Amino acid sequence: MWRYAIFGLVGWVSALLISIPAQAEYADVVINNYADAAGMRPVVFPHWYHRVRFRCKVCHADLGFQFKAGGNKITMAKIVDGQFCGACHNGEISWSVENCGMCHSGVPGTATQIHGSTVQRLVAPTYEALSDKKKAQ
Amino acid sequence: MRMIATIATLALSLGTAAATWAADKADNNSKPVTSAEITGSVPAQINVSNANVFNRLLKKDKERNSAPPTDGIHDADNEGTHQLQPPKVAYEGFPTTEFGNYIDWVKSLNGGNINPRYDREDPSVEPIVMDLDILREVKASMPDVIFPHKPHTQWLHCSNCHPKIFKPQRGSNQINMSQILLGQKCGVCHGKVSFPITTKSCTKCHSKPKPAEWKPPLSDASVKNPWR
Ligand code: HEC
Ligand code: HEC
Ligand code: HEC
Ligand code: HEC
Ligand code: HEC
Ligand code: HEC
Repeated sequence: MWRYAIFGLVGWVSALLISIPAQAEYADVVINNYADAAGMRPVVFPHWYHRVRFRCKVCHADLGFQFKAGGNKITMAKIVDGQFCGACHNGEISWSVENCGMCHSGVPGTATQIHGSTVQRLVAPTYEALSDKKKAQ
Repeated sequence: MRMIATIATLALSLGTAAATWAADKADNNSKPVTSAEITGSVPAQINVSNANVFNRLLKKDKERNSAPPTDGIHDADNEGTHQLQPPKVAYEGFPTTEFGNYIDWVKSLNGGNINPRYDREDPSVEPIVMDLDILREVKASMPDVIFPHKPHTQWLHCSNCHPKIFKPQRGSNQINMSQILLGQKCGVCHGKVSFPITTKSCTKCHSKPKPAEWKPPLSDASVKNPWR
């Protein structure tokens, strides 16, 4: 009797855990340096949505976003101060910061990453060119 | 208390059993009937070892451009998630490709499907576009690489690449495929945000075919091979 109950439970738990493999839009960035620790969901930044409206230059040259997921050490204090996301999510160019759930929309516990990247999808780590290896020695 | 927990677990396991049974039944119904089954001479089902299935390592998107609530990284329990726009809706009518966002950003821009701002506030600012192609001869049999400044400067600023990623001098940068796959050089953007590196995208960069008489250079081991 108990055996079946336990099987059933295990079945349900695994079904819930394995349910959807991540297949989000290419270039979605998950930013989770601090969010989880502060009890907020991780931030998901959709590149596709923003590049329909802005060229890369606006964020990566004018606003100074470095090309590195999680590399800009964004915090709410900086955003409210008009830096990073706050340069636009200020109620003028776009909706403002009180819409917490629009940005903090990730599955809790998801690591900082650029989703769907070639590196992430490789079956094995990439090769190291022989010429590079020689140089390193 | 314990009683209630037991009953709840039982109900769950019953549910699982019912669902499994229903799924099995649906499976049986949809399975095509083989000739072996009709004659009844061979066992109807051959159980191939799980270690030897097809596509052991092939990762494929189940669905292209899935909507945020079902994409696996957005939390469907968060109300904001349901306010986000599904990419498919926005991409309506865009020229398509077989990789990345599954749309062609260069054609979408040039064809007027999108008109992204070059300035945060002023929609009338025009990008500084430079039309300069750089040819990079490839040692291998792949077509040579042409790096076009035009589609890059339509999106980016010179300072996004020069001098941090590339010295602005023809041929002065060592580039190879392993660096690109590791996310360096062209791989800083390609494979992350701009179109990715897959079988179907190789020729976007490797776009200048080799002359007909071109042959790959022989390796030393082959030249010295006495049995050749
Ligand atoms: C425009 C997008 C955006 C909105 C809106 C937003 N946040 Fe954030 N928030 C971020 C980003 C990006 C980070 C950095 C995440 C990280 O690295 O973990 C962050 C980090 C945080 C952190 C942890 C870091 C810190 O500053 O202490 C907390 C807590 C937080 N947000 C709370 C909120 C709350 C509460 C709201 C609503 C009032 C909100 N956020 C709205 C983008 C946003
Ligand atoms: C609205 C602003 C915005 C626009 C427009 C934008 N990006 Fe980004 N980009 C970001 C943010 C935010 C990050 C994540 C930074 C972080 O986590 O600290 C990022 C990260 C990146 C990364 C780093 C990925 C990694 O971890 O290696 C690359 C590469 C990149 N962007 C390329 C581009 C390209 C190419 C374009 C134009 C087609 C573009 N971005 C347009 C905001 C933008
Ligand atoms: C250059 C300006 C700019 C910057 C910087 C920027 N955004 Fe946005 N963002 C926008 C605009 C404009 C919209 C569209 C708002 C609208 O529809 O009113 C938007 C919309 C969004 C959306 C909603 C997408 C949807 O499906 O509706 C999210 C989520 C978002 N931004 C997150 C972020 C985060 C996180 C950052 C910082 C890491 C950020 N944005 C930085 C301009 C910007
Ligand atoms: C996407 C990255 C990228 C951007 C953006 C970019 N370049 Fe380049 N540039 C390159 C690469 C790659 C080379 C070739 C380097 C090599 O062959 O080693 C190059 C080469 C050059 C050269 C050398 C040409 C020669 O004949 O020696 C000049 C000059 C140059 N770029 C100027 C610019 C200017 C001006 C801009 C902005 C309008 C710009 N670049 C934007 C990637 C870029
Ligand atoms: C700083 C980011 C960045 C770097 C570095 C970069 N690219 Fe690009 N590239 C882009 C963007 C953005 C586009 C626009 C199309 C897109 O996003 O898919 C693009 C488009 C292209 C195209 C045009 C594709 C078409 O459809 O016509 C080619 C070819 C290309 N890149 C080759 C290269 C090569 C080769 C290198 C390295 C020498 C390189 N790129 C480095 C950002 C970059
Ligand atoms: C973003 C542009 C880009 C894409 C996409 C790309 N390549 Fe390359 N590839 C390059 C560049 C740049 C070089 C270096 C050329 C040189 O020597 O200057 C290169 C070099 C090579 C070489 C020569 C060996 C080496 O490592 O230098 C091979 C082989 C190669 N690529 C194969 C491929 C294959 C296969 C694909 C598709 C899966 C591919 N490339 C996709 C840009 C690209």
